[in-house]
Amino acid sequence: MSDSQKDLDLAAVRGALGARLDGARGREYWRSLDELAATPEFREMIEREFPRQAIGWSEDEDPVEGRRNFLKLMGASLALAGLSACTRQPNEQIAPYIRQPEELIPGRPLFFATAATLSGVASGVLVESHEGRPTKIEGNPEHPATLGACDAFSQASVLQLYDPDRSQALTLNGEIESWGAFFGALREALALQKTKNGAGLRILTGTITSPTMASQLAAVQKLFPASKWHQWEPAGAHQERAGARLAFGQTFNTYYNLANANVVVSLDSDFLASGPASLRYARQFAARRRVSGGQTEMNRLYVAEPTPTPTGSKADHRLPLRSGQIELFAGALATALGVAQGPKSGANADIYKWVGPIASDLKKNKGACLVIAGEYQPPAVHALAHAMNAALDNVGKTVFYTDPIEANPVDQIASLQDLVKDLDAGAVDLLLIVGGNPAFDSPVELGMRDRLKKAKLRVRLGLYDDETSEVCQWQLPETHYLETWGDARAFDGTVTIQQPLIQPLYNGRSPLEVLQMLTEAPDARAYDIVRNYWAAQYAGAGFEAWWRRAVHDGVAAGTALALRTPSIQGANIRANAEEPRLGGTFEAIFRPDPTIYDGRFANNGWLQELPKPITKLTWDNAAIMSLGDAFRLGVKTADMVELTYQGWKLRAPVWVQPGQIDGAITLHLGYGRTRAGRVGTGFGFNPYGLRTSNALWSSVGLEARKTTGSYLFATTQNEHMLDSERHIIHSAGIEEFRKNPEVIQESAESPPRSLTLFPEWKYPGYAWGMAIDLNSCTGCGACVVACQAENNIAVVGKDQVRRGRAMHWLRVDSYYKGEPTKPEIYNQPVPCMQCENAPCELVCPVQATAHSSEGLNDMVYNRCVGTRYCSNNCPYKVRRFNFYLYSDFETPSLKLLHNPDVTVRSRGVMEKCTYCVQRINAAKIDAEKQSRQVRDGEIQTACQATCPTEAIIFGNVNDPNSRVSKMKAGPLNYSLLAELNTRPRTTYLAQLRNPNPEFEA
Amino acid sequence: MPQIFHHSTNTFARITIFGAIFVIAFLAWAVVQLDRSAYVTRATQVREQPVPFSHAHHVGGLGLDCRYCHTAVETSSFANVPPTKTCMNCHSQIWNNSPTLEAVRASFRTGQSIPWTRVNDLPDFVYFNHSIHVDKGVGCETCHGRVDRMPLTWQSASLQMEWCLNCHRQPEKYLRPLPYITTMGYQPAGNQEEIGRRLMAEFNTPDTRMLTNCSTCHR
Amino acid sequence: MPENQEVIEQPPSREIIAPGYTFGTVTDQISAVVLTKKTPIFWMACFSVGFGLLLLFLLAVATLLVKGIGIWGNRAPVMWAWDITNFVWWIGIGHAGTLISAILLLLNQSWRNSINRFAEAMTLFAVACAGMYPVLHLGRPWVLYWLFPYPNSMAIQPNFRSPLIWDVFAVSTYATVSLLFWFVGLLPDLGTLRDRTSSRFARFAYGILAMGWRGSARHWSVYETATLLLAGLATPLVLSVHTVVSFDFTIAIVPGWHSTFFPPYFVAGAIYSGFAMVLALAIPLRSVYGLQGLITDKHLDNSAKIMLATGLIVGYSYMLEAFTAWYSGDVFEAAAMWNRMTGPYAFAYWSLVTCNIVAPQVLWFKRVRSKPVLLFLASLVVLLGMWLERFVIIVSSLAQDFLPSSWGNFHATRWDWATYLGTIGLFLFLFFLFIRLLPMISIFEVRTLLPQAKVDEEVRS
Repeated sequence: MSDSQKDLDLAAVRGALGARLDGARGREYWRSLDELAATPEFREMIEREFPRQAIGWSEDEDPVEGRRNFLKLMGASLALAGLSACTRQPNEQIAPYIRQPEELIPGRPLFFATAATLSGVASGVLVESHEGRPTKIEGNPEHPATLGACDAFSQASVLQLYDPDRSQALTLNGEIESWGAFFGALREALALQKTKNGAGLRILTGTITSPTMASQLAAVQKLFPASKWHQWEPAGAHQERAGARLAFGQTFNTYYNLANANVVVSLDSDFLASGPASLRYARQFAARRRVSGGQTEMNRLYVAEPTPTPTGSKADHRLPLRSGQIELFAGALATALGVAQGPKSGANADIYKWVGPIASDLKKNKGACLVIAGEYQPPAVHALAHAMNAALDNVGKTVFYTDPIEANPVDQIASLQDLVKDLDAGAVDLLLIVGGNPAFDSPVELGMRDRLKKAKLRVRLGLYDDETSEVCQWQLPETHYLETWGDARAFDGTVTIQQPLIQPLYNGRSPLEVLQMLTEAPDARAYDIVRNYWAAQYAGAGFEAWWRRAVHDGVAAGTALALRTPSIQGANIRANAEEPRLGGTFEAIFRPDPTIYDGRFANNGWLQELPKPITKLTWDNAAIMSLGDAFRLGVKTADMVELTYQGWKLRAPVWVQPGQIDGAITLHLGYGRTRAGRVGTGFGFNPYGLRTSNALWSSVGLEARKTTGSYLFATTQNEHMLDSERHIIHSAGIEEFRKNPEVIQESAESPPRSLTLFPEWKYPGYAWGMAIDLNSCTGCGACVVACQAENNIAVVGKDQVRRGRAMHWLRVDSYYKGEPTKPEIYNQPVPCMQCENAPCELVCPVQATAHSSEGLNDMVYNRCVGTRYCSNNCPYKVRRFNFYLYSDFETPSLKLLHNPDVTVRSRGVMEKCTYCVQRINAAKIDAEKQSRQVRDGEIQTACQATCPTEAIIFGNVNDPNSRVSKMKAGPLNYSLLAELNTRPRTTYLAQLRNPNPEFEA
Repeated sequence: MPQIFHHSTNTFARITIFGAIFVIAFLAWAVVQLDRSAYVTRATQVREQPVPFSHAHHVGGLGLDCRYCHTAVETSSFANVPPTKTCMNCHSQIWNNSPTLEAVRASFRTGQSIPWTRVNDLPDFVYFNHSIHVDKGVGCETCHGRVDRMPLTWQSASLQMEWCLNCHRQPEKYLRPLPYITTMGYQPAGNQEEIGRRLMAEFNTPDTRMLTNCSTCHR
Repeated sequence: MPENQEVIEQPPSREIIAPGYTFGTVTDQISAVVLTKKTPIFWMACFSVGFGLLLLFLLAVATLLVKGIGIWGNRAPVMWAWDITNFVWWIGIGHAGTLISAILLLLNQSWRNSINRFAEAMTLFAVACAGMYPVLHLGRPWVLYWLFPYPNSMAIQPNFRSPLIWDVFAVSTYATVSLLFWFVGLLPDLGTLRDRTSSRFARFAYGILAMGWRGSARHWSVYETATLLLAGLATPLVLSVHTVVSFDFTIAIVPGWHSTFFPPYFVAGAIYSGFAMVLALAIPLRSVYGLQGLITDKHLDNSAKIMLATGLIVGYSYMLEAFTAWYSGDVFEAAAMWNRMTGPYAFAYWSLVTCNIVAPQVLWFKRVRSKPVLLFLASLVVLLGMWLERFVIIVSSLAQDFLPSSWGNFHATRWDWATYLGTIGLFLFLFFLFIRLLPMISIFEVRTLLPQAKVDEEVRS
C-alpha cells in the first residue's frame, strides 16, 4: 500500500464512522472526503462523468497493452522505486483526524457484522475495516447460514464495492442529472398515478426477503391500490416453491440438517456449493465425514446429476443422469420406498439397478437420512422428495419446514408474464426496476429488452449502468450493501440488520430509500426506515438494547421463522414420469455460473478469474458435453458448435467434460454480457438466448452441430488424469481403512530426515504447519478468493491466465480417477508447502526467499530480483511471478481495497503464500504484549477462516496438543511428493469413501 | 620512421594500469558512501511543515509526555499523529489567536486535516510496529533521538536496514526499563549490556534468530 | 618458441602453412586486410546485416525493460526458456576460442597459431552476447548489483549456495581473462600495424593500443611469460565455466536437470559448438580474403576431427541420459525423459539428435573433411543442434515436472525471436568490426610457422 493511499484511507475513516454514528450526514461527509483526499485522481474519480471513461484496472487482454498503458508505466515507475531498496523516500503526508472517534485506533482494524444477499437471501458476514475502508469479508460465526464460513460471492463483494465501473452518476438518457431533478420528475409521475390509483405504476424487483422493504411495498400498495409489484429472479427458487405447492398445497420453505443424516441422496442438488444454506450444509456434511481419533463412522452420499459438481465430487456413489431422467430416478426410488406407485423396471437399467440398494440403505436409517431435490429440478421431483422424507420420517430430524422467507412467494414466471401483458397493453406509465437485470436475464421469448421500452417512464435503480439501464430513461446509482442500512432474511428466516461500512462512494441511494420516495415520507434515510420498521415490530420495552445487539451481532434475536409440519397431499405424488425421448437432439441444461452466478458478478475480476470447480475454466462459460457426444458431433474442446432451440440459435465453444452424461449439454448462465463494464463485457456466450419460461432449467430438443472456428479457453489446469505412479492423491475405502488403519501410511513413502546434506533446521519457538483434509474439501474455491482478498493478489486477465500466468497463491487442483465417462473426482487445494528442506531457498541468489525460525519460507518481495529460479525448482509450482505490472497502483478506488498489512507487489518479483504471515505477526505481537504464547486457533489463515468444511487447519506443530498436530499425527496424514524429502509443513489427510457394500454384489 | 609518441608515454601507459585500480576502488567507495549519506537517508534533514511545531518547546520545555499526543503508540503499529482536537485542547485557551496556529484553528473550523509531512518515513514494504517495541523496552529516544531538542522535527537515524539490524541482532545494547521508555537523555544505571540482558529475560524477548526473520519486518 | 618437426615431414597439401610464404608476404597479406583503404562488399554485407539485427536487439531490450519479462513466452511452469537457452548456447560457443588459444598453446599445437586470434575474438564476443541474458532475464535488472557481494546498507549478502552466484563469478572471470589474453596476444601485431599504417590517425590509435611495443628481446621474453601465464590461467576456465553453468541445472531437483554427469557433458558440448562456430567463420573468411594459404585445409581438418570427437562424447551423454533415466527407476526422471522423446517437444528432441549425432558422422570421411563447403554446412547444422539441445533440456524438463496439474507448454513470442536474433546481430557487428580493424590472424605467430623460422633456429643451435 502506498503512502499517498494511506492519506486516502485516513480520509475515508470519517466516512465510515459518520456512516455508523449517524445515517443522515452522508452527502455533507461526502464532500469532506472529497476535500480531505485532496488528490487529483480522487477528484477525477468523483467528477468522472461515465464509468466507461474511467481509468481501466484489468483489461481482458494483455494488461500492458491498450489505453491505460501510459498510466500503468507511470504507476510502474513509482512502484518499482517503492520495491527496490536504497531509494530516496519522497515527501509523503499524513492527514490526521480532526476529532478522533474513540473506538478507533489508527493501525488496528475493526470488524462489523452485516449480511450479503444472493437472490435476496442473506448470509451473515463480518467485514474487516481499516480506518474506515472495508477490505476483507469473513463469515459471521453467529449467523446460522454461514457459521463463520464465507463463500466466493461474499468474499468478492468487497471488490464490487470499489469497482470503478459501478454506476457513478444519476443519469437521464445518459445525461448527468441531480437527485433533485429525478425527485421532481418522480413526484410529477406519481401525482398522475394518484389520480388513477396507480393503475399505471409497476415495480419490478428480484426476490425480496427484507421485512422492511416488504412493509414499504405494502405501503405503496395501500397508496396506489391498482399498482402492481412484479418479481423476477433469474436463478431463483422457482421450482422449490412450485414443488412445495404441489406437495403441500401451499408454499413452504425447506431446509435441512445434515448433522443428523447418515445417508444423503441428492437428486441433482449441489447442496454443498450452491443455495442459500450451502455453507451450513457443507460444514454439517463434512463434520459427519471426518474420520479422526478412532471415530470411523462416515455418512454416505448418493448423487444423481448430469454435470459434475462439487457435491458430485464428494459422492460415494455418483450416477450420471440427464436432468430429465432425475424425475424418473426419483419416481423409481419413491416406488422402491413404497411412497408412490411407479414402474419397477424400465429402459434405463442403471436407475433400477441403483434404487434397490439406496432404498434399503435409506430404510435402514429411517429418521437419520435425507433426500434432497435439486433446486433446478421440476416440481414433481421436489414433491417426491418431500414425500420420501416424510415416509422416512425425517421431518423434524433432518428436514425442516417453515413459512416462506420471501416477502411474497409468487410464481415469478407468471408475475413476469403478467407484466409483459400490461406492457403490451400499454398500461404501464411508470416502471420502477429495483436491482436485477431483466433486459439481460429474462426468458428469451419474452423479448424483455424491447418490451420494457413500452413503459412510458422507466426508472432503474442499479449498481451498474447495464443492459437494463440502457433501455431505461433514468439510471439511479444504487448503493452497495456495504454502503447502506438494510435488512434481509437467511435460509431459515433469521433477519440480519445490514449496516454500512463506508459512506456511498458514488452518492447512490439504497432500494429502501428509493421505494420510500413512493410513499408519504419520501425523503427518509435508510437508517431511519430500517430502525423505525423494527421499532414498530418490537413489542415492549428495551428496543434500543435489542437493536444494538441485533446490529452488533449481525443476527436479530428471535426472527427465525417458526417450524411447521405440513402434510403431504398424496394425490399429487406420482411416479409415472416418462423418460423424455431425445430423438437425436440434446437436453439443454441451464445452471447459474459457479463463479459469476446469473451474470450479476460479471464485472468482478476476482470471480471471473476464480477457476470454476472441476473444469478450472476461467473468464468463460462453455457448452459442456460428454466425451461420447463430442465424438458423435466430431468436435473436441474449444471447437465451436451451433446450438439451436426452438428456432433460437447460439454459437458456443465446446468443453468436453469427463463425468458428463451423454445427451446433455450444460450451459452456465451469466456470460455474454454486452454492458457489464470493462471487466465483464464480451466474455463467453449468453445461454439466456436459448432459455424459455417453460424450460427454465432444462429442456429436450436442443440441436447441436459442429461449425467453423475454434475458441481460446483460459484454464488453470490442463492435465486432470491421475496416473498410477505419481502418488498425488491418497485415498481408501472406509472399510479398507477400518481393517487396516495404516493403509495410507503404507502407500505413502517418507524418506528419513538424515537424507539431506545440509544441517537440520532448529525451530525453538513456534513451528507453523497446516493440514488439509481432502475428505472434507468440496473444491468450491472460496479459499482462493479469500486468499486473493487478504493478500492483495492481482487479477491478470484472460489472456495472461491462458499464458499460464494466473497469480493465485492457493489453487484447487481437480483430478479424475477411473473411467473417463464416470470418473471419481478429487479436489486438492495447493498452497505453498513451506518445505523444511525448501528447494526454492537453496537457489535464490539474493536470499529473497529465506527460511524463518518458525519454518516459513519467507518471501521478501522487495529483495527479489526475479531470476525465477525458485519457481523452476519448486516441485509444487506454487510460486507466482509478476511478468507485467499486474497490481493496480493508480485506480484510486482500488487503492482503498488493498490490505494495508501486505505489500502490493510490483513488476518482476516472485510472490507466494506465506501462511498469511501478516496475521501470524499480528497475533504474535498481541500475545507478546500480554507475555503469553499464541493460543491454538488464535491465528486463522484467510483460506482456513473462510472454508465452509473446515478442511484447512493451521497451527503450531511444536505444540503436540494443537489441532493441527493432532491431525498430522493421525493415520490419514501424508505429504505431497514426500519422496523428494522436501519435508512440507503443509500436509494432506487422505480422502476416504464410504461405498455401499450392496453395490459390489 | 619518426617516433609518434614521446618516450615518457611508456611511463604513462604503466601508470594507467595501476591508476585504473585506484579509480575503480574510489568510485566503489564513493557509491557506498552515497548510499549511507544524509542525502539518501534524509536523516538530520528538517522537513517543511504546515505549522512550525516545536517538540523542543512541548517536550523539552513543557515536559509533555510523548503519549499525550501519540496515543496509539502502545496499542497500535502506528504512533498516530494527534487529531486537531488534541492541539485545540490547549490552544483554544493559550496562543488562541497567534497567527502561526491559524492552520490548526482553520483545520478545526473546516474539518480539513492538517497536511503534516512525514518525518520518519519507512518504505512501504517495511512493517514496523510501534507498540511491540515500546512494550519491549525500546525507548522513543533510541530511534527518534533527542526530540526534546528539536525546534523543528527531523529524522535522527538513517532508518536503513543495517541500522534496524544493529538492534535486532543485539537488543541488549539498546533496551531500557519500561518506566524510562519516553525519557529523553536516558542514562543506564550501570553496564548497559548487563541491564539489557536482564531486561531481555524479563520481557522474554524472542531470540535474535526470530528477530532477524525476513518476515519479522517484510510481508 | 613452439616448434613442430613432423609438420615438415607431411605432404605439402597437409601443411599448416602453404609453401612460398616469407616473413614479408605473411605480414603483408594479413595486415593488408586491415590497412587497405577500400572495404570489400562481403564485409559491407555481413556488417550491415549484423548492424540491422543489433538495432532489432536494442528495440527488443527497450521493450523488455519498459514492459517486463511478459513480452517473452516464459510462463509458469516454464520460467526459463529462450533466455537461458541462448545464454548457455553463447557461453558454449565461446569455449573453442579459449581452448585453441590456451590449451593448444600449452600442448604445443602450433597449427593453432593461424586461427587462435579470431577464435579468441569469437570467444570474447560470444561471452558478451551470453552475458546479456543473465541480466536481461531478471525481473528487475536494475537491481542486478544485489548479485554481487559488496558492503551494503542492508547488511545482507548474496546467497552463496545458489549456482547463479557461482555463475556471476565464473562468467565474469572468464570474460576478464579472455579479454586480457586476447589483448596481450594482440600487442606485437598492434605494433606491426602502427608501423605499417600510412594514416596518421590509425598510427596514433594503434600506437596507443600497442602500449609502446617495440619488439625488443626484453619485450619478447616478458611477452612469452605473460602469454604462458595467461594460458595457464585460462586453461582451467575452459573446464570450469561450463561446469558451473551446468550446475544451474544439476543443483535443481527438476527431473531432466538433476543429474551428475552434466559437467563433462556440457563442456564437451561447448567445445563442440565452439569449433562449429570457428569453422562457420573461418571457411567464408579465408575464401573471401584469400587466406587459404594461412588457414589451410589442415586447420579445417583438425577442427573437424575435434568436432567429431566432442560430438561423440555428446552423443554418448545423450544415451547415458536416457539410460540413467530408465535405470534409476525414478518415476519422474523416467517420465521426463519419455516426455522429451514423445511429448510436445519430441520434434525438437529428435531434430537435435539428428543435428548433433547423425549428421556429424559424415566427418569420418576424409572427402567430407576436405570439402570446405560441406564442413561449413555441417558446422551450421551442429550450431543449430546445440541450440536445440539446450532448449530441450531447459524447456521440456520444466514444461512437465512433478504435478501434472501445473504442466504447461512454452510458446515463443516475436520478442523471443527478436532478442535471440538481436544477440546474433551484436555478435556479427562486433566480429566484423574486429575483422576490419585488427589482424584476424596473428601475424607474428604465423611467421614462427615458416620454414625460415626453423632454419634460423637450426643455425642458432
